[in-house]
This record gives sequence, C-alpha cells and structure tokens, in this order.
Amino acid sequence: MEKILDVKNLQVSFDTYAGEVKAVRGVSFHLNKGETLAIVGESGSGKSVTSKSLMKLIPNPPGRITSGEILFDGKNLVTLTEKQMQNIRGSDISMIFQDPMTSLNPTMTIGKQIMESIIKHQKLPKKKAKDKTIEILEMVGIPDAVKRISNYPHQFSGGMRQRVVIAMAISCNPKILIADEPTTALDVTIQSQILELLKNLQKKMETSIIFITHDLGVVANIADRVAVMYAGKIVEIGTVNEIFYNPQHPYTWGLLGAMPNVNYRGEELITIPGTPPDLLNPPTGDAFAARNQYALEIDFRFEPPMFKVSDTHYAATWLLHEKAPKVILPESLNKPGLSLSNEKSKESLMKKTDKRQKLLEIKNLKQYFRTGNKQFLKAVDGLSFDIYKGETFGLVGESGCGKSTTGRTISRIYNATDGEILYNNESIFGKKSDSESQKLNQKIQMIFQDPYSSLNPRLTVADIIAEGMDIHELYMNKKERMERVYELLETVGLNREHANRYPHEFSGGQRQRIGIARALAVNPEFIIADEPISALDVSIQAQVVNLLKRLQKEKGLTYLFIAHDLSMVKYISDRIGVMYKGRIVELAESDELYQNPLHPYTKSLLSAIPIPDPKTEHTRKRIKFDEKLSRNGEEEEPVLREVKKGHWVACSEQEYLKINNKDSEVISIYGV
Amino acid sequence: MIIKNKELTDEMFLPAKSRNSTEQISRPANTYWQDVWRRFRKNKAAFTGLILITLILLLAIFGPYANHYGYDEQNLSRANLPPKIPILERFPWIGFNGVDINGVDKYEESKVTGYYWFGTDNLGRDLWTRIWKGTRISLYIAFLAATIDLIIGVAYGGISAYYGGRIDNMMQRIIEVLVGIPHLIVVILLILVLQPGIISITLAMVITGWVGMARIVRGQVLKLKEHEYILASKTLGAKNTRMIWKHLIPNSMGPIIITTMFTIPTAIFTEAFLSFIGLGLQPPIASLGTLINDGYKLLRIYPHMLAFSAIIISLIMISFNLVGDGLRDALDPKMRK
Repeated sequence: MEKILDVKNLQVSFDTYAGEVKAVRGVSFHLNKGETLAIVGESGSGKSVTSKSLMKLIPNPPGRITSGEILFDGKNLVTLTEKQMQNIRGSDISMIFQDPMTSLNPTMTIGKQIMESIIKHQKLPKKKAKDKTIEILEMVGIPDAVKRISNYPHQFSGGMRQRVVIAMAISCNPKILIADEPTTALDVTIQSQILELLKNLQKKMETSIIFITHDLGVVANIADRVAVMYAGKIVEIGTVNEIFYNPQHPYTWGLLGAMPNVNYRGEELITIPGTPPDLLNPPTGDAFAARNQYALEIDFRFEPPMFKVSDTHYAATWLLHEKAPKVILPESLNKPGLSLSNEKSKESLMKKTDKRQKLLEIKNLKQYFRTGNKQFLKAVDGLSFDIYKGETFGLVGESGCGKSTTGRTISRIYNATDGEILYNNESIFGKKSDSESQKLNQKIQMIFQDPYSSLNPRLTVADIIAEGMDIHELYMNKKERMERVYELLETVGLNREHANRYPHEFSGGQRQRIGIARALAVNPEFIIADEPISALDVSIQAQVVNLLKRLQKEKGLTYLFIAHDLSMVKYISDRIGVMYKGRIVELAESDELYQNPLHPYTKSLLSAIPIPDPKTEHTRKRIKFDEKLSRNGEEEEPVLREVKKGHWVACSEQEYLKINNKDSEVISIYGV
Repeated sequence: MIIKNKELTDEMFLPAKSRNSTEQISRPANTYWQDVWRRFRKNKAAFTGLILITLILLLAIFGPYANHYGYDEQNLSRANLPPKIPILERFPWIGFNGVDINGVDKYEESKVTGYYWFGTDNLGRDLWTRIWKGTRISLYIAFLAATIDLIIGVAYGGISAYYGGRIDNMMQRIIEVLVGIPHLIVVILLILVLQPGIISITLAMVITGWVGMARIVRGQVLKLKEHEYILASKTLGAKNTRMIWKHLIPNSMGPIIITTMFTIPTAIFTEAFLSFIGLGLQPPIASLGTLINDGYKLLRIYPHMLAFSAIIISLIMISFNLVGDGLRDALDPKMRK
C-alpha cells in the first residue's frame, strides 16, 4: 500500500510555569492511502496533541515541536513556514473538531463558511464555488441544501452541525482528514449516523482518515488500523483485528477489559488502577509500569523498544522479549464467549422482584420550566415508574429527554409541576416539618456528573465529605468526625492522607470517588447517580462502576442510574427504563430489554451502541427511528402497557393486542 | 534507546515487586491561598507594587512624626523654602540643597537653620509633614469608601442573585436608576448640601460606587449557583446561611478582592479631583488633592510644592493597579500547572 504520511520520532513539548511538559515523546507511525487509522488512549495520553501537530496547530508558545519529522507529499511539514502550512491546511490535510457547537462561526451563514475555503484553495469563481458547496452539503446528507446554504449555524441541530463541519473539512478533497473525537459530544444514534457518513465519504473520495477517540466501540466500527497511545507514546499499533483479538500490551488489555460488553454480564470489570503519570517528570523506564500488574523489574529501568508481533503489529512491552515470562491473556478479554452467566442471573432476578417492596413510586410526574410568557418547556411529561428496594434502576435516553431533570426532581432540587413521588409510601412533596425534610435529605442522595464542578474548590476533602455529617450532626466530636472521614476515604479506595488536600489536586476519577464518599457520609438508602461516569475515561469509568457495585452489595443501597452510555447501564442495572421526550417508552429487566426490545426507539438506540468487537461491528445494521413514520397517523395516544411480566411498552391498544397475539417473539410492531 | 541483549540479565525479567501506591499525589499540599501567594510572588511588577504600597502606608502612618513640625504650623519667615536634606545637600545636582531654581540659597536668605526635607509652602508649613498627613487622609478616605462599597455591594449583589426571580428583577431596576443619574452631579449636590469634609466626600463616593461591586458579585453568584457542588449541598439539606458562607462567598472572593483593589485608586483619584476643583477638604486639613491644588499655582517658581504630592499620588495609583492586575492573574485557577 502507498504511504501517504510518515511520522518519525515526533516530540512535542509545552513550556509551563512548572517546567517542560513532554506531551508527545517520540511517536512514529505511517498512514496508508485510503485507510482509517484510529488513535486511542486515555485523556492526557497525547493523542490530540499528536494530531494537532500534524497540522502544526499547536499554539506556540507554550507548545513546540522539539524534534522529529512529518513527511507528507515529499515535504517535511516540521520545517515548513506558517505561510506554506496555510496552503496545506484545508486543502491537503483538514480537520474535524470535537464540538460542533464551537467549531462553526455563529455570525456567518454555513454556505459562506464552506465557500471560503473552496475559493481560497481551489481558486474557483463565486458562482461555481456555490454550486460546489451545495453539492458537498448534499453529499454529507443535509436535506434541502439549496435553501439551507443561507442558514446560520444555530438553525441546525447538533448532528446536522457536525455534518456541516465535515462538509467544510472535505470541501477541497483533502488527502488526509483528521477527526479529533468528532462524535464524543453527540448522542449514540447521531454518532452512528456520522460514522456511517464518514465511511461512505471515504469510499467515494479515497481519503485517509486519522480518527482520534477514546471509545473502543467506535474504533471497532470505523478503523482499519489502531494505534494505542499512553503517556505520549504509541505502545501498540496494528490492524483492528490484531488489536482487538490478539492484543499484546497490558495497557491494551486494560482498555479492552474496562469496556463492558452488552453481551456480557460479569461480576467485575477489569480496571487499570491509578492514574496516568505526570509528564512533567516522566518516570524512568516504561511509563505504564506503575499501573501494570504484569510489570517486570526491567520495566522500571529501561524503556521497552517496539517489538514486532507481525508485519503490521508492533507493541512496546518487555513481555514480548524472549527472556520474559509467558503471561496469559486475562480470561475476560474473550468476552463474546463469556455470556454464559446470562440465563442464571436473569432467573434469580425475576424471583427477587416478586418479593421486593417498592422503595420509590413515581406517578405521572410532570416538570415544566417557564421559558417565556405562557411558554413552557416540558422536560418531564407524565412519567411513571417504580423502583424496588436494593435494585439498580437504569434510566437511559438521549440528551434533552428529561432524564437528569427526573433525577433532580426526585432529590427535590426542583419542585415538581404535577404528579406524585412516593418514597416508602410517603409523598416527598408537600408540607413537611424541618426534621422530616432533613430525614428525607439524608436518605436520598445524589452523585453528580461533572467531577470538576461538583466539589467546592475552597474546601478540603475532609470538609467536603463531612458536609452532610455537619448538616445532620451525625458525630459527637471532632475526632469521631475525622475517623468517619478516614473510613469513607478508605471505602472509596483513597488514602487517609488525602483528607487535608484540595480537590484540584485530584484526577477526575478520584474526584468522582470523593463525590461518592460525600453521598455515603450520611448513610443514605437511595442514591441517584446522574451520569456519574460520562465525564471519565474508560479505565476510570470501570473503577467507579466497580465501586458502586461493591457498595451496593455491602450496604444494600438502591440506585437510580442515569446515563446515555447504554453498555454501562446494561452492565450495572437490574431494570432499565428508556426515556423519550419526557416519558418512558419502554421498561424491562435489562437482559430482556436488550434481547427483546419492542419499541422502535429502543431498537434504534440499541442498534446504535458501538460494540468493541470489530466482527460484530462490521456486520450489524443500524435501525433508524422516525417518530412520524412509526406512528403513521394513528390517533390514539400511546400508553405504557405491560406486554409481558415486567416488560412495559408505550403502545396503543391495537399494537398491544398484536404483541400479545404473537406472544413474545422479536417482532416489529410499528412496521419499521 | 538501544539496549544490548547482553545487558539484560535474567532477574530483570522477574515480576516486579509492588512499588508505591499509584494513588499517591506527588504535589505538595498547598491551600488555595498559598498557591495564590506563590503565583503572586512570581509576578515581579505586582510584587514591586505591593512593596511600594507597604512603604507608602508605613510613611503615611509614621512619616508625620519624623520631625517636630506640625502640619498646620504657619510661619511666614520660612515660607517657600525648597527641599533640603542633610548629607544629600552636598550633591547640588540632586536638588536637595535648599537652592531654588534661580540659584539663590533660600535658607541662607531667610536665615533658617533647620532642614525641611520636602521644603515648605507659601505659608511656611513643612511639606513633609503635610504630604504624609495628606496621604494618610487620602488613603483613609479610599479604604473607607472601598470597605463600604464592599459591604453594600456584596450584600446587594448576593441577595439579588441568590434569591433571583422577582427580587432580582426589582433590585436590578433600582441599580439601573442609580447608574442613570450622572455621578458628578450627585456628588457635587451632595457636597453642597452637606458641609465638605471627610465623611461627606466618602458618602458622595459610596452613594453610587457600590453598584460595580454589586454587579460583579451578582454575576459570580449566578454562575456559582449552577455548579453541582451547590446542588450537592442542597441535596444534603444545607440551609441558606451555610450555602452563602461556606460555598458562595469563599468562591467569589477572587473577583471581590480584585474589584476592591481597583476601587481604592479610583477613590483616591476621585477625592483628589474633588479637592482640586475646590469641593474637597477645607484647609488646614491636607489631602493629596488639596496639596496638588495648592502646589500647581506656584508651579513655575516653586516646582517642589507640586512635585512630591504628584509623585506620591502617581505611585499609589500605579502600585494599586499593578497589585490588582497581579492578583487577578494569581487568583485565576486556570493558571495553575
């Protein structure tokens, strides 16, 4: 295959107050014509910096390329001047950024923005540039392109905006397209559409794509080759099948193990303990050694070279050295074959639910927000479900469906517009004495999404954790208070010494665990976890999820787990409710829901989850959900009906009969 | 890095003993304010400003006691003397030898034997004493005005943002009305009604001065209200007082301090301006503004009467602005690396 880009020993540093941060420490790889190379790794591993330096977009100062070569088209990009680079950017190499909200200029029509680069690089007259723009917009799937060309970015939805960004990037037929987490900010269903689009465009235009992501499911879907980055280095590189089915580096094992597979229900996820090293003073030897359970003595002394596994597969680990002990791949990595425990767990669950008592009952909950005079945003609109004691109830849906609002209403941050919430058969709203209200505050706790804004930066960790105890006066003296704080820190896997530190010294995962400790401090019965892992890296997500599972077992907690990451929800939840536009459209036990989804929206959601398994990912079909189409003019308002024991679906009378007649076969009830 | 195979001994390939825990934090435990201080010290300009402010403050407090002349002690026999300082008088080119711009040794002419470090004014009052007395009063007015601004502004802005809704709406309209009236007219009218003096000048400045602080605090609290730790505190059942004192105020401290830091020089300047146009303090009380007002009339003949007070007011303005800038950088957590 023809090499289009060759990067040799690239090193990038940032000068900071504290010293030189070596963000990229000697990265070498090449890119073939027409292929997709995915770069994966945790945040801070240097994947974004690498891609930006390919276009020389590193802000200088503080950043600079200290050494290395980037060979493209016979030229070494490192030595080019800014002027020469401007000609390459946009026309030969172009880039798609993560956030479609900020990568478009809000004061220019999208047509103008796309035409800008066409006129500059292809030197076309205005009229032709406009025709070309329309053609490109149609190519990326924007309907009615002739009209939409004079629209402003705010008139498009998130997914459509990302399409516009892609249109901009491909407008000059670039040879290389760098996509820096292009789907991270999008919902799963939109994500799958964008991935599809990128694949189609690549086929048509023969572009090479460098795809940066932390989501292994996405990698399995789109990549031909994969490079795994850690601490500014590529630790393993190979074809997608080699990386997924024959990984050699322990870090790759960790990453793969930390992703729960939808088809797998195990006891515990594999985690990579600890956090990535500080690149201000990179450790000697292998940077991953400190977190590696298979670390050898040599890992702490010498850096491993790239060992060859096959012609296309290289890995930097001493384990591949001839003298190294043979390490067997951790078992759970062969996950697809490990879904045996499914049946058992399902049965036991069914039995349990019968005996269980209801902890929380939500009846026809409505939560409206005033947006203007007599205008209301109906965030939650007639929501009903129950949560049983000791279970984990997962609430999934796309952004804006009202799932976070539901959580906040239950924790009484908002006052419900209408409807009832019963906790232990008592309404949580209405007039309450101070002590009753405090008791409820103590029993229902919440874990928040953003580990950076959920801890007060001015308080020490001890004060943060003890806040609830201070409010409810749960201790006799200072000593007891500190003892309890130490105990909680150890429960969530942190050290006592952390008590006197401030939140900014901790990483995202550690902060999230502090947030959990704060919730636990008041001995709650019920915890609402509002997207507790969506801001974290995969390996860190697994740490938090394992902790939540362990705590549930030890303390008999009940969870309401709100998330948009369906595979994680499936892993942690006993029952799942799918929310759409402020209502539940389907509710069932998690295995039942995944194996036998009935509502078309659930189906489309499920089909959109990227699975970290290239073989399944290459063969599966996506199902699109179109509300208008699926309802095809029926008058009747759909109501939640129990079609099977424990399986509820929002449907009309007719549909209900249909499903019941055909029993519980996997059927399409809406003709999709 | 190329390593020869020979160098790799077998025991190097034994599984490693467990090293230190990976959860350890290498960074030293600094409180927020320690960090701020560390960053502030690195900023040379701001640090110089801080040293200057300290120096000026010390001189304003102790300067008047350095000699035995009173600030309102008139003696026409020693009027209009240029500055003269022991030791420095031996170097005529510095200008501290008691010789005026015409080359006449004024001290000899008026048969004065003492030393007047900054010279004397047209009534024979010692300028050193007057200038530091004046600085003291200027700073006093400035700090008083800034403190009152702070108290009213934080309370008003905080209440407005925290309770929000209709209360916020009403309070903001009141502010808008206040801002709408020309500042200078309010001040002049107020001083005409009350007698000119320290209290009335301070009052005049405060009556509209707190609006800026109130707006900044309101913006800050509105932003913080959305943070999840406020929600977390709410779900834990925290009361309003706890929310305000533990969470909202400490986290608004940065902008509040910076705003105060910029209010002080503005207040000094306003006071000087009012004194300069004759609405300020009345003689014999001195402030930097009245001193400049007296000095500029004789600028051509006796430049020393204006020079020292002008230099000191400039130094105060510059150093407060430098410190304010430095604090803004130091308080911004995004600067942390």
